[in-house]
Amino acid sequence: MKPSVRMKRVLRRRGRLAVFGAGVLAAFGVTCGLSATGARADTAYITNEKDNSVSVIDMDKLEVVKTVDVGQRPRGIIMNADGTEIFVCTSDDNRITVLDAKTLEIKYHLPSGPDPELFILHPDGRTLYIANEDDNIVTVTDVIDKEIIDEIPVGVEPEGMGMNPSGKMLVNTSETTNMAHFIDTDSHEIVDNVLVDTRPRVSIFDKEGKRVWITSEVGGTLRILDGESHELIKKIKFEIPSVNDEAIQPVGVRLTSDGKYGFVALGPANRIAVIDAQTLEVIKYILVGQRVWQLALTSDEKLLVSTNGVSNDVTVIDVEKLKAIKSIKVGRFPWGIVIQP
Amino acid sequence: MPFRRNRFILRDHFRTLLSRAIIVALCLGVFALSTFVAEPALAREDTLQEIEERKAWDEKRKKLREERRKKKGVTKKKSGPPAEKIKVAFLTQEIEIPPALSNLDPILTDEGVYGARIAIVDNTTTGKFLNQDYILEEVTVPLDGDLTEAFKKLVAGGHRHVVVNLPAADVLALSDLAQASEVLIYNISAPDDALRNEQCRANVLHTIPSRAMLADALAQFLIKKKWKEWFLVIGPKEGDRLFAAAIRRAAEKFGADIEEERVWDFTADIRRTASAEVPVFTQDVDYDVLIVADEPGEFGEYLIWRTWDPRLVAGTQGLVPTAWHRAHERWGAAQMQNRFRREAGRWMTSVDYAAWIAVRSVGEAVTRAKSTDFAKVREFMLSPEFSLAAYKGIKVTYRPWNGQLRERILLAAPRSLVSVSPQKEFLHPVSEVDTLGYDEPESKCGNPD
Repeated sequence: MKPSVRMKRVLRRRGRLAVFGAGVLAAFGVTCGLSATGARADTAYITNEKDNSVSVIDMDKLEVVKTVDVGQRPRGIIMNADGTEIFVCTSDDNRITVLDAKTLEIKYHLPSGPDPELFILHPDGRTLYIANEDDNIVTVTDVIDKEIIDEIPVGVEPEGMGMNPSGKMLVNTSETTNMAHFIDTDSHEIVDNVLVDTRPRVSIFDKEGKRVWITSEVGGTLRILDGESHELIKKIKFEIPSVNDEAIQPVGVRLTSDGKYGFVALGPANRIAVIDAQTLEVIKYILVGQRVWQLALTSDEKLLVSTNGVSNDVTVIDVEKLKAIKSIKVGRFPWGIVIQP
Repeated sequence: MPFRRNRFILRDHFRTLLSRAIIVALCLGVFALSTFVAEPALAREDTLQEIEERKAWDEKRKKLREERRKKKGVTKKKSGPPAEKIKVAFLTQEIEIPPALSNLDPILTDEGVYGARIAIVDNTTTGKFLNQDYILEEVTVPLDGDLTEAFKKLVAGGHRHVVVNLPAADVLALSDLAQASEVLIYNISAPDDALRNEQCRANVLHTIPSRAMLADALAQFLIKKKWKEWFLVIGPKEGDRLFAAAIRRAAEKFGADIEEERVWDFTADIRRTASAEVPVFTQDVDYDVLIVADEPGEFGEYLIWRTWDPRLVAGTQGLVPTAWHRAHERWGAAQMQNRFRREAGRWMTSVDYAAWIAVRSVGEAVTRAKSTDFAKVREFMLSPEFSLAAYKGIKVTYRPWNGQLRERILLAAPRSLVSVSPQKEFLHPVSEVDTLGYDEPESKCGNPD
């Protein structure tokens, strides 16, 4: 017996409300529908892992304008190719939830295999590669036909998903196997396995596809590999005065397209490392909220936003000044983030 | 996708009509965005039915995957040398089943083995990328069987890594055999501090925390809370006395006062008489926390709510220091909890977790040392380069001075994780985790090398 549509809506609303409170909601309630559609400013979408919701932030006002319920345990979040849809890994529902970027209503779901955590869309706009954390598999889903077209066996607890600009090479990292698996996107075969440091979380290619940045949460390191040969170019071990080594747990990475900076979220060290992308030296640590995990840049790359799981907020950083300028309260355990131009 | 659909329907289906009615009543007529009905985070643990559904789904997906591979014409590449084989043994002995003290928890006779099996799968998944194959040999010696013979047979069969779920005396006896000199024994269940001190052996690694580590973990938390006056209640068993000794040591180490010690020597089953016996037993003591030392769980549970004064209970019951707990979900532990329940049909215990760590340690050392050679693997495992992610947020490593695994200790109430030790206020020049248990300067163990 399925609940009625109305009932489902009612049920869906429960989570966000405690966090927000009626006053805040009343204040934003009127504007929220408008700003998500009308304004030219970027919009940030943040998954709240423990609230089963997505917080929507107007990046001009730097305010939460809406919170929508999406399904159980939302984690990875990306946009589709033309920015009209938002894909969310609703991990405990074992599927991808797709929201209409304008109305923020759930449009449909995509099959993902069990426990989807992070994913990446091929430049063809059609092929979605999904890491199934609980099943040692990368699932390949066609987003047009809405069906699984392949499954690629990888290491234990796959997570990080990066792709080179041409879309020919996918790099997946597995947390327990401690490897980066380089996967040919034509054949869906693994062509290379590279051992990295303990518990790799995020892997990302730079804009030219020349380098791959891979963070290891427990190892406390960032490895930068050659995009072609997969040879190690540099290993960075983060060190912060007065912060215990064990608290330095690198996760999310973002690179500016001008090749100037790399940003690495350092988890319970509550800081973001700023790396000179040319010299590959750490130039600064920026203090943000507690347990910082994922990062995103605005379209003009003037602002960087971090999700801070334990302090339940996001930190906005001025990229030019390399300074945190604002914290914005979101839902419980903010996890992933995507910014829509 | 029947699994997903079922799950979705079930979730809504099982909500009681009453709670639905309340939610609807609250929501109807109220502006949609101004309701206050909050819901706690949904339990992440799967029900037994969901576990079965998931298994069926996995099977179906596996078949589909194989069909797809066949269609694509992919055949397993057989080129290159055959996979290197790495053998791990799991050795245990039947025990006499103790009398049932609670109807709630099953008596486990298979502790450890599922942890080892899951770790073998993990190692194999990694190993297939490196052309390595891991094999687990499980041996359970009957109650009246010869443990030594079983061990010797394993070594003769080429085993160099032997995971043992055995009491301290047996661990010691096996490690002293001539056949054990070129073997690593992984102690996954004996918490005895003597095994890490006077009786330490170079060929034994301990993946289960020692009693001293557990007691220190609890002590740090209680000191941080400023609950420094303790009332120690000690059971009649040898383990209880050893746990009490560890508590005394922790009190001394971190500056707590044991106001009173009493020995619990009631022989009768306490279940029906606790409300009468315990108040009298706990009278006339001035304390903050009652610390109970009852490893078999014969009476500790029955002290809670029955003390003369309204006081908290911690130790082997109440707030417990432990390596693993079903309430643990941080640092990826939720994945492990679900995987374990799918494999074993029950919750993971500290012994299962210790077995998983032991077998994963072998895999990790083989991978990193890039060798299956025993001497190299062993050297790497005890080196500072060794690092294993074990769902504790920080790497776990081995203390080179006594072979004890360094790990964070959970402090758990029956249904929630209360804290994780070491507490950050307790500093250490090398590793904060070394504030738990016997640190190098106080170790009574010679360097295993």
